[in-house]
Amino acid sequence: MITFMNNSDSEEEPCNERTSLMSAESPPVPSYQDGPQASEAGEAQAHRKRRTGSSRSPNNIADGEMSDSGVPVRESTSENEEEELTLKYGAKHVIMLFVPVTLCMIVVVATIKSVRFYTEKNGQLIYTPFSEDTPSVGQRLLNSVLNTIIMISVIVVMTVFLVLLYKYRCYKFIHGWLILSSLMLLFLFTYIYLGEVLKTYNVAMDYPTLFLIIWNFGAVGMICIHWKGPLQLQQAYLIMISALMALVFIKYLPEWSAWVILGAISIYDLMAVLCPKGPLRMLVETAQERNEPIFPALIYSSAMMWTVGMAKPDTAARGPSQQTWDAAEDGRENHRSPSHTDSQMSETRSPVPTRPITSFEELEEEERGVKLGLGDFIFYSVLVGKAAATASGDWNTTLACFVAILIGLCLTLLLLAVFKKALPALPISITFGLVFYFSTDNLVRPFMDTLASHQLYI
Amino acid sequence: PALGLFLFTIARDPLRIIILIAGAFFWLVSLLLSSLIWFIAVKASDPRDEPLQKGLLIFGVMFSVLLQEAFRFLYYKLLRKAIEGLVALSEDGCSPISIQQMAYVAGVGFGLMSGAFSMINLLADALGPGTVGIHGDSQLYFLTSAFMTMVLIFLHTFWGILFFHGCEHQRWWEITAVVVMHLAVSGSTFCNPLYVGSLVPSYLLMATAAVWAYLLSGGSAQNLRRFLLCK
Repeated sequence: MITFMNNSDSEEEPCNERTSLMSAESPPVPSYQDGPQASEAGEAQAHRKRRTGSSRSPNNIADGEMSDSGVPVRESTSENEEEELTLKYGAKHVIMLFVPVTLCMIVVVATIKSVRFYTEKNGQLIYTPFSEDTPSVGQRLLNSVLNTIIMISVIVVMTVFLVLLYKYRCYKFIHGWLILSSLMLLFLFTYIYLGEVLKTYNVAMDYPTLFLIIWNFGAVGMICIHWKGPLQLQQAYLIMISALMALVFIKYLPEWSAWVILGAISIYDLMAVLCPKGPLRMLVETAQERNEPIFPALIYSSAMMWTVGMAKPDTAARGPSQQTWDAAEDGRENHRSPSHTDSQMSETRSPVPTRPITSFEELEEEERGVKLGLGDFIFYSVLVGKAAATASGDWNTTLACFVAILIGLCLTLLLLAVFKKALPALPISITFGLVFYFSTDNLVRPFMDTLASHQLYI
Repeated sequence: PALGLFLFTIARDPLRIIILIAGAFFWLVSLLLSSLIWFIAVKASDPRDEPLQKGLLIFGVMFSVLLQEAFRFLYYKLLRKAIEGLVALSEDGCSPISIQQMAYVAGVGFGLMSGAFSMINLLADALGPGTVGIHGDSQLYFLTSAFMTMVLIFLHTFWGILFFHGCEHQRWWEITAVVVMHLAVSGSTFCNPLYVGSLVPSYLLMATAAVWAYLLSGGSAQNLRRFLLCK
């Protein structure tokens, strides 16, 4: 469901972008808006998807790397052994998540630093209608808070919609939505991105070549994400679309709004996943009850599980969910095999990242890995990208935020191992990141600058 | 060289990477606190008073050094607890990573972070146009900065080993020696741009620390000879 919602979001996104590109702050056409809004709500709901996959399959309790033993063996594993295995391979899983998050952030930072398009302000998305160009500080703050409220409510509505859709088994709808949003993300955003990169480096490329490249990239991406493909390629595609989405956010969110939104989203994530009535939690529980995997489209998995001999309902669910591919927004699920950790999907807007196919009842080649929602990727990258774009201390601040986010991820995974249920991945990391960003920018930078100018070393 | 160290020795084992990042994080926090102190001191004082500013800067540097060492100690405590946890979890009853490896990785973590913070803006500026030392400052600015950073990273690594070893065996004099060395190195940078005063002692101290750490880790002249002759 979440993915479904994402589709609508992604549809809206292009509209928003186009309108915003055309006129700086003209309100979008109302009729146009209505459509997307509904879909967005759906997407938002989709986002909230929690990863119940692991919880669902009773067999996925052990965290071992290889689960070659059949289900019965796994079941017979004692609780303690499972825990030990969990923690023992914990470090490996953490690294498996570090690498993609790092790659995503590197891509975003590199683009921000080199391509000027993403730091120019060319208008705002319709989700943040209040401008920040106001003369007074109070007004600006008020505008950013209002923007945040609108954005968060959009996300909430979308997530609830997604959960409802999932509850009432409107799988086709969700899948269609996801496919559409992933289509849009893969083709349109890549086109824009490639265009800007080529412009920056002053490389000429004719349209046929461009068309060929984008077509290949997009087609392979669609296949890889929604269907089967080599794990690394799938991971690479997920990273790329997360980076694209993050870049879009960095470009179109006004400054103060971005920071307030990041803070608000992490609080929302916390509530949506942990509160008993939270939409994401309901999604996870529903998926668990039905013994179905959660939407694959919104989650990054560090290991692939091949479904071998899945039970019928699973395959049925998997098929459609494979097609739904919602980018970023939903995807945040932090998942450790035995536990369900769901992180909240981040944005309704971002196209849903696809979730690698995870089969829970997997038998033969299962490799359990940790799963992280794509929305988490996107928001982490947004934070680091914003730090790179707007901080005056440049690289120091970026580096500090990067380390802070990685440490937050570590802590979250540790908690995951301890609690063994779905956990939101955003709050800890984003809090650390924000704290470090603001403190490094304001406190450390003058200190380091003075030290460097005198060439003192501490 | 630090990057080489990282790639060859740390990147293989995920646990070491985590310890590295955590080490960098601790250094960062110590830097944050020390710059907070400095910032408050600067704001509270008169900005036009040159010697006072310089004095405050020196005070800030010293304080930061002390804080770094304090955080290294805290990190040591944390790692001790973690080792106990790891031992309990592992199958054969012994920890997958020894305290010395942890010391090494922690040192590298600290060093990398401090080196990165010292160098990276410099590197970014170095990519752009301009001439070094055009205003009468030394022309060797970049070169000496690079060397100084490298020596500092190595020193952090060695200090990590020495420090942890001292804590393990309750030898307080080792710990104080590390702190004193750190203060000395930072203090020697006050002689910049008289580079002879800062680079040379730093390298000497680094050589000393290297030998000391090597001996502590169980090496000896024989091991070295065997290694070099590839026996």
